[in-house]
Amino acid sequence: MSVKQVQRVDRVVIRFAGDSGDGMQLTGDRFTAETAALGNDLATLPNFPAEIRAPAGTVLGVSSFQLHFADHDVMTPGDHPDVLVAMNPAALRSNLGDVRRGGTLIVDSDEFTKRNLARVGYDANPLEDGSLEAYQLHALPLTSRTVEALAEFGLTRKDAERSKNMYALGLVSWLYNRPTEGTERFLRTKFGKRPQILEANLAAFRAGYNYGETVEGFAVTYEIAPAPAPTGTYRNVTGNTATAYGLVAAAHRAGLPLVLGSYPITPASDILHALSGMKRFGVTTIQAEDEIAGIGAALGASYGGALGVTTTSGPGLALKAETIGLAVMLELPLVIIDVQRGGPSTGLPTKTEQADLLQAMYGRNGEAPLPVVAPRSPADCFDAAVEACRIALKYRTPVMLLSDGYLANGSEPWLLPAVSSLPDLTVEFTTQPNATAEDGTPVFRPYLRDPETLARPWAVPGTPGLEHRIGGLEKADGSGEISYDPDNHEKMVLLRQAKVDGVDVPDVEVDDPGAATGERADVLVLGWGSTYGPIAAAARAVRAGGQRVATAHLRHVNPFPANLGQVLRSYRRVVVPEMNLGQLRMLLRAQYLVDVIGYNRVRGLPFTSSELAEVISAHLGGPSDEPTDQTLRDLSADTTDDLTGAGR
Amino acid sequence: MTSIPLQIPTYRGSTEGLRDVPHLDEGVALKKKDFTSASEVRWCPGCGDYAILAAVQGFLPELGIRRENIVCISGIGCASRFPYYLESYGMHSIHGRAPTIATGLATSRPDLSVWIVTGDGDSLSIGGNHLIHALRRNVNLTILLFNNRIYGLTKGQYSPTSEIGKVTKSTPAGSVDAPFDPVSLALGAEATFVARTTDSDRKQLTSVLRAAAEHRGAALVEIFQNCPIFNDGAFDVLKDREQAEARIVRLVDGEVIRSGDRVAVRAAGGGVEMVPEAELGGREPLVHDVAATDPSQAFALARLSEPGMGSVPMGVFRSVARPTYDDLAREQVAAAQEKAGGPATDADLEALLAGNDTWSVA
Repeated sequence: MSVKQVQRVDRVVIRFAGDSGDGMQLTGDRFTAETAALGNDLATLPNFPAEIRAPAGTVLGVSSFQLHFADHDVMTPGDHPDVLVAMNPAALRSNLGDVRRGGTLIVDSDEFTKRNLARVGYDANPLEDGSLEAYQLHALPLTSRTVEALAEFGLTRKDAERSKNMYALGLVSWLYNRPTEGTERFLRTKFGKRPQILEANLAAFRAGYNYGETVEGFAVTYEIAPAPAPTGTYRNVTGNTATAYGLVAAAHRAGLPLVLGSYPITPASDILHALSGMKRFGVTTIQAEDEIAGIGAALGASYGGALGVTTTSGPGLALKAETIGLAVMLELPLVIIDVQRGGPSTGLPTKTEQADLLQAMYGRNGEAPLPVVAPRSPADCFDAAVEACRIALKYRTPVMLLSDGYLANGSEPWLLPAVSSLPDLTVEFTTQPNATAEDGTPVFRPYLRDPETLARPWAVPGTPGLEHRIGGLEKADGSGEISYDPDNHEKMVLLRQAKVDGVDVPDVEVDDPGAATGERADVLVLGWGSTYGPIAAAARAVRAGGQRVATAHLRHVNPFPANLGQVLRSYRRVVVPEMNLGQLRMLLRAQYLVDVIGYNRVRGLPFTSSELAEVISAHLGGPSDEPTDQTLRDLSADTTDDLTGAGR
Repeated sequence: MTSIPLQIPTYRGSTEGLRDVPHLDEGVALKKKDFTSASEVRWCPGCGDYAILAAVQGFLPELGIRRENIVCISGIGCASRFPYYLESYGMHSIHGRAPTIATGLATSRPDLSVWIVTGDGDSLSIGGNHLIHALRRNVNLTILLFNNRIYGLTKGQYSPTSEIGKVTKSTPAGSVDAPFDPVSLALGAEATFVARTTDSDRKQLTSVLRAAAEHRGAALVEIFQNCPIFNDGAFDVLKDREQAEARIVRLVDGEVIRSGDRVAVRAAGGGVEMVPEAELGGREPLVHDVAATDPSQAFALARLSEPGMGSVPMGVFRSVARPTYDDLAREQVAAAQEKAGGPATDADLEALLAGNDTWSVA
């Protein structure tokens, strides 16, 4: 065995790319788990086609998984991979444009056949024509080496080839000195009942690892030290899993059963899957006949005294609009989780976007306000889900939680909370009359509000003496009887608005490192939702370059924090990056008359920190530069790039 | 795909619909007025809904269950005003969606007797999808479908049960839609209890409602209901004593299916036809069996109803027992909790959050 040099680096971005059927998501998941076990901070970005199995070997069928890990806190999955593992020409073609110049390419040369090259438009073999000179190219026959390694198992060639992702994982695990026990344990669990497949995968994984040890091509291996982090116990978690956990934790802290009514839709379905396995925690999941029935079941359960939740995405939210309006009218707790994806219509089912904000805010008939909460990172989905439940239960209102595809499938380390540290969400149902009729008899008035929160009593069916009717028709203030009285209607509209406006929301915190020493920044970058990571990373880069910039991030989009107007007015310029055409910007301008500037892209992908750093730097010029919203750029250039899949 | 055998038999008979609903204490009885709310009833004078409301208010005390454990959920339409007039818990929800809300409620609250009041537009047009799924899931619900074959609240457009050619405000040249038969639809949707009755026969209405309420599972009761304003007289041929005698096919469990001097026999094509008893010619008259596992005969009977109403079966078409969605869903939760040793503690939740793969930072 040759002696290898070990080099310490502080951060690496690695992307595994292959055909949808090549197992790239699993490979990425395993490498992530190995990395988490080492104590590196990390963030991940899976990217896969909407089709379950797009045509093999085509650019459309490429599935990838990107992981950014470092010895310091990681804000994003990384802009430009340092390492690309490409299992076929299509994967190389569609991902090469993102790879850092000088980066490492590990390519399965067996797949670079004439036929496969032609299918994705390569005239010559890029492994041989010198076009990859700017990269450290490792063209290795991964497929045939895998087949050789598995010769003794008596598998068909096709079955043996299926383990090539484990071979690649073994090789990359060696390259970055990852521990292998976790993956071996994982394989034993996954394939425990199929010993032949288990042994083949283990053998492929080990063969890949050993290949790294013996091959001459790799001069060094890399080590990334653990990232400093608050003490405690961590795990890696995706946004959808964290959301499911947050819901269960909230129900537990409220002492209520959780009822999820849902209809499968990408990328929200994993929340349904996760919750359906948590029956032990008093969770009931109803997979309804459609989106409308999903929210209907959730609302029915809330009416009966459970914590009702529905989950959806994109077009599903449109279908739920009428029932959300009913929930606004009934003033019952309900949590609606929208995992935003590219729209309109079916749009980009597996890609991310933030374009449902205005629909969340206003997408109902009539004046139908509801609180809107947005998580900012995968692990933060837990806290955001707890917060959405807290508001719903305290104020007896539907609450919208706006996650997105990037958060849903992305992952990061999560410092596990102590359950006792979570807010106490205990609810008291009303069991006694709350008013007195003119003749002195005690009566129940279902719309008599708590003077502080404006919440109405929650008297569930089965409570003797409080029998009452509720419904979608306008109600008389207090009594809840049907009322068509003009003044009463106006009062009720104002009361429902006042209740939402009065939700207790903490002030937004501004990160302006120079402010303490009188060196305030001129420019504030304000975000909401999943843009937190790219904005924070961009600000860090800008500050590292010696410039000043302030950042703030909204967890509560409705109502806004009370100090937000003052924050906006205290900066010369406010820049709002969003993965939409300026929806938060519109709300801010309308409410505060502050001319915030947008940076808006809708490519189905999260912002990169480098593009945001450029945007921020451009705004740091003198006061004379003309502020303009940046949305549409040179369409012809962009479109061509996107169609060929060559990235930006 | 793995499928787990849930041991779901289809068995005959089911009268346990109210099994988990708290009953009144011994010696306590409610009266009709206990189910009469203070709200002024605002249906049009002469509306068939009055008779149904009175029948329901009058018969509910017979069930012996606590009033606060009865919930009536409706959608939108004239019929859907019903909950306001019934002194119990109730929700006047949105158009067509009552079954969805009732499904969530019934699944999470076995101690409630959950009723749906709906009309032909609400349940068969905008809410058709939810109705069939509530029926096939067999959620423990009692569904009263007021069928007046017209849209009343929107002032007189044709409905999905209106006869083809119907001239209405929206179809001045006659409607070209073929109608649904609610009973056929329900049987096709695997409903475990399907019945038909009418607003004008209090005795039959009450007996059918009672059977429906006591059925464990989804019970659909179609109630012919006259709209005196927009479709007056739609069911007059069934109300005239003489004509009714010749047209109504009475469905009585265990008895020969007959209408006046006609009896039901198996038709050549596999269906059912009504022939004068005197002309049987050796053919065997059909005996009604509500609990037949095979719904074919019930369906064939449902097909007797045509718009001309020459032969209209009334009564319980089908009443079979099959485990309900809500019971099975609750059993899964209970089983998971029992297996884990009882309700979840903070430590259990922390173990869930931690998963299988954690690391510590000291």
